[in-house]
Amino acid sequence: MSARMRGGRAVALAMLTALTLAATGCASAEEPAAPAQTGASGGAKTIKEGLKIAFLPKQVNNPYFDASDNKGGKVAVAEFKGVYSQTGPSEASPSAQVSYINTLSQQGTDVIVVSANDKDAICGALQEARAAGAKVVTYDSDTNPSCRDAFINQASAEGIAASQIKLISEAVGPDGGEIAILSATANATNQNAWIAMMKTELAKPENSKLKLVATVYGDDDDQKSFQEAQGLLAKYPNLKGIISPTTVGVAAAARYLSGSAYKGKVQLTGLGTPNQMRAYVKDGTVKSFALWNPSDLGYLAAYTGGALASGLITGKEGDKFTAGKLGEYTVGKDGTVLLGDPFVFTKDNIDDFDF
Amino acid sequence: MTAVGVLGGAEERTRLVHRVLVIRELGIAVALALLVGVTVLVNPRFLTAQGIKDLLLGSTILAVLAVGQSIVVITRNVDLSVGSVLGLSAFATGSLFVANPGLPVPLALAAGVLLGAACGVVNGALIAAARVPALVVTLGTLYVFRGIDYTWATGRQINAADMPPGFLRMGSATVLGVPVLALFAVVVLVAAGYYLRTYRGGRELYAIGSSPPAARLAGIPVGKRVFAAFVASGALAGLAGVLYAARFGTLDANAGTGFELNVVAAVVVGGVAIFGGSGSVYGAALGAVLLTTISSALPVLGVSPFWQRAAVGALILAAIGLDRALAVRLARSLRGRNGNG
Repeated sequence: MSARMRGGRAVALAMLTALTLAATGCASAEEPAAPAQTGASGGAKTIKEGLKIAFLPKQVNNPYFDASDNKGGKVAVAEFKGVYSQTGPSEASPSAQVSYINTLSQQGTDVIVVSANDKDAICGALQEARAAGAKVVTYDSDTNPSCRDAFINQASAEGIAASQIKLISEAVGPDGGEIAILSATANATNQNAWIAMMKTELAKPENSKLKLVATVYGDDDDQKSFQEAQGLLAKYPNLKGIISPTTVGVAAAARYLSGSAYKGKVQLTGLGTPNQMRAYVKDGTVKSFALWNPSDLGYLAAYTGGALASGLITGKEGDKFTAGKLGEYTVGKDGTVLLGDPFVFTKDNIDDFDF
Repeated sequence: MTAVGVLGGAEERTRLVHRVLVIRELGIAVALALLVGVTVLVNPRFLTAQGIKDLLLGSTILAVLAVGQSIVVITRNVDLSVGSVLGLSAFATGSLFVANPGLPVPLALAAGVLLGAACGVVNGALIAAARVPALVVTLGTLYVFRGIDYTWATGRQINAADMPPGFLRMGSATVLGVPVLALFAVVVLVAAGYYLRTYRGGRELYAIGSSPPAARLAGIPVGKRVFAAFVASGALAGLAGVLYAARFGTLDANAGTGFELNVVAAVVVGGVAIFGGSGSVYGAALGAVLLTTISSALPVLGVSPFWQRAAVGALILAAIGLDRALAVRLARSLRGRNGNG
């Protein structure tokens, strides 16, 4: 145990040294850019060059954040000629991010893009960084609104619900039929919000042929999700489709359907990751499923940070800015920027993603 | 009182004990039949070929774990680390396939079993060497093994697309309508049942559970036998991990979290006395099938998801109540016979 800790500390120390070296190297190169900073409040039109933008994900060795940071944020930062870096803990623990924030702040980072492991734990460090001149953008997972300048929201409840109903409706076909929802736990706030929105969506006339017969809970547990999917199929012989808006549930239901007599007869969609669902999309169990595109999320976060640090926006409601290829965005309530509708994965595009 | 009379009484007593145990297992079988019967009456689709396959597949992993657990519980110990061992073995299997996509399935099975056995050796050695109650040791290793799993996985997930189709097919394939995975459970069950019933080593496990000091005085190598029981339980949890990987196809460091309680519940419901010395692996496996069938039947019966856990809990209490009632009756009738003799 102690050997492991010592090893961990050594790695951290090495990383810190490397970071410091990198930072000092950059700082000297960027000296001339500093005077331009005075123009920040002068209503510039474009994002300034040479901004130091650091991504701080929940954990660095997670493929999801590799996609959002190194395949999204990095591209955006290169587009507006900033200096990109990614750093962070190897374990997603609430307090681990604090020391990274402090280091980034001391290095004079212009924008910290962070996915919070804890809503409150990193607040103090973020406030200090902001006092030192950094702009803070949260993505994927927010902090308290008072601790950051903007939050990039990956998807709204309405957007998720509408896309789920649309996908199941397309998969089931024009004749409609009975559908069911396989959720996570019975008291998961976001799941229940989405389910409520889906019911609103189903009440619309264009979805009148879809009939929601049951909502069951797989507790985000493979075995329980399996059994609940089994139960649904046994109980409702006319069931045409299942929506599972949770990554564990949709993978478990897909695995069950793919090895059962119902494969291809009962449709399935939900929120899942491409790696998890690849096998089932290719074998025809699942036609399509949704999730936000993490690369776009990181891309938008980088542009938002750049716009904030260049004084183009302040993060108040109604601020407008352009985020490269994604187009124009408007800051919403509480400094929230909504990425857009969920991204749909099908067998044609699933191989473009690895997370 | 003649010698013949004493012998006759002893024989009669053994027969009585035996009969009660058979009744105990029969009770679970009847409960199972009732449950299935009622569910089929409500919904005939519960017992289609697909339905039976689902029930058997669902019970397999729990049954394998329950066999291992009963071997340990019979010696008046408990192994709480099985869920973590299962998770570790499942992730190891997945990682092996990621590293060597062409790995033959039997090799993966062997690797999982060996890893599980190694975890069992750690448990057994700590219990035998440190002479700490198994409850405490395995509670510790529950977290240690899970921690190793977390450190190893560091948020990674192994998906169905990473594992060879042949291995995943094993998870849902059937031979004459019986799932391949269930055959593993049957082989394990029959082998363990035969060993415990017929072999000297197996009988000694019961003797240890009935009274460890007496077993020691009788010259039974208690430490060695208990150690072996933990290795067996670990190896079976390792096997269960491989089966888990084949069945679910999606693996992260959380696989099997909380399984240990289901396993202990299956063993207790299956009539293995938690204080050791009695019960059979057949009962434990039946207990596993019963628990799985309940959690499959409740959604079909339309029981509110909020009540399902409570229903499982009530069943465990009922099983323990029945166990206790039978034990008391048995003790009374044995005492009565003693008095008469």
